[in-house]
Amino acid sequence: MEYLHLSNLQLDVLREVGNVGAGNAATSMSKLINRKMDMQVPSVKIVNFDEMMELIGGPEEVIAAMLFQIKGEFPSTVYFILPMEEAEALVQKMTGVENFTLLNDPGSDDICISALQEMGNIVTGSYLSALSDFTNIHMQPSVPYLSIDMAGAILTVGLLEISQVSDYAIIIDTSISSDSLEKIQGHFFLMPEPKSLVKLFKALGIDHEE
Amino acid sequence: MKNETKIVKVGIADLNIVRSPDMIRTSGLGSCVGIVIYDASKNIAGLAHILLPESRLTKQSHFNKHKYADTAIPILIDKLLAGGARKFALKAKLAGGAQMFQIASPLETMRIGSRNIEAVKAQLNESRIPIIASDVGGNAGRTIEFNPATGQLKVRKVNQDIIYI
Repeated sequence: MEYLHLSNLQLDVLREVGNVGAGNAATSMSKLINRKMDMQVPSVKIVNFDEMMELIGGPEEVIAAMLFQIKGEFPSTVYFILPMEEAEALVQKMTGVENFTLLNDPGSDDICISALQEMGNIVTGSYLSALSDFTNIHMQPSVPYLSIDMAGAILTVGLLEISQVSDYAIIIDTSISSDSLEKIQGHFFLMPEPKSLVKLFKALGIDHEE
Repeated sequence: MKNETKIVKVGIADLNIVRSPDMIRTSGLGSCVGIVIYDASKNIAGLAHILLPESRLTKQSHFNKHKYADTAIPILIDKLLAGGARKFALKAKLAGGAQMFQIASPLETMRIGSRNIEAVKAQLNESRIPIIASDVGGNAGRTIEFNPATGQLKVRKVNQDIIYI
């Protein structure tokens, strides 16, 4: 199915999907770090590959990202993306290791790295289970894979399947943030493969319009 | 303003050529491969940023030929020749082809970095263009910048020293 021909109703549905997922994720993040979390209105963007990198601040922006591959009925890729300082601040808060930095000698901070991975796992797990309940589609996420590197290098991984069928990607982007004390902002990128969209619209009773 | 150096940026699944004093760069290469082909004495260079190895993988009826190693490289060579480069003098430098996530998966797409490198090497070999230097593989993203005046390729990785190849 061509991404470019989505109807307004279909776009609304995708926004709602992002809404439901991120609402649940914000709640679980809030419990984890004991802060009130807010959620922005999700946006559904149909972007070419270069534009996609710009959503995160350009291809060279260094980010901490967790990738989950979803198999089964709804093949897609989910990223939970944190800016570097915020990922570091979160890890410091959870582990009490005050001088933790992601780029310096990562080998010596195994516990901090696993704390970050586990946090990503819990938060993204909530995102996906809400999605699964809402759509009644069974989602099987992979274990989380963490990478700290340039946005361009990280985000193209999610494009590999999509790029064989399209020159555009559809991204359901929702961010959750906390304004109390220190600013924390995380992005969820849900990137469904084209065939998954058909499945999703069918599951929600919105037949795909030719 | 004649001598002002411009840096031409190449996006994902794109290519372009420059002449000195201009330089050419592409940012955030992960599993993608950046291929620089140049004619040193003519001060002309081209850069392609390919995403996938072979165009036969496509499921599109019309596809972007700059996306695949096997279709992008011949286009880049043609552009260079049209711009005054000489076929026998062309040389190549490569960077990219990393594996960004250590995913243990039987899926072919997960080792796309090394497949991209193989496809680029095969295509350059077919076009009889020698590879002078490369910085490929590993698991770090790269930003690269080529200066046709010096023939040097600058490779930058996060939290590592810049290298010139």
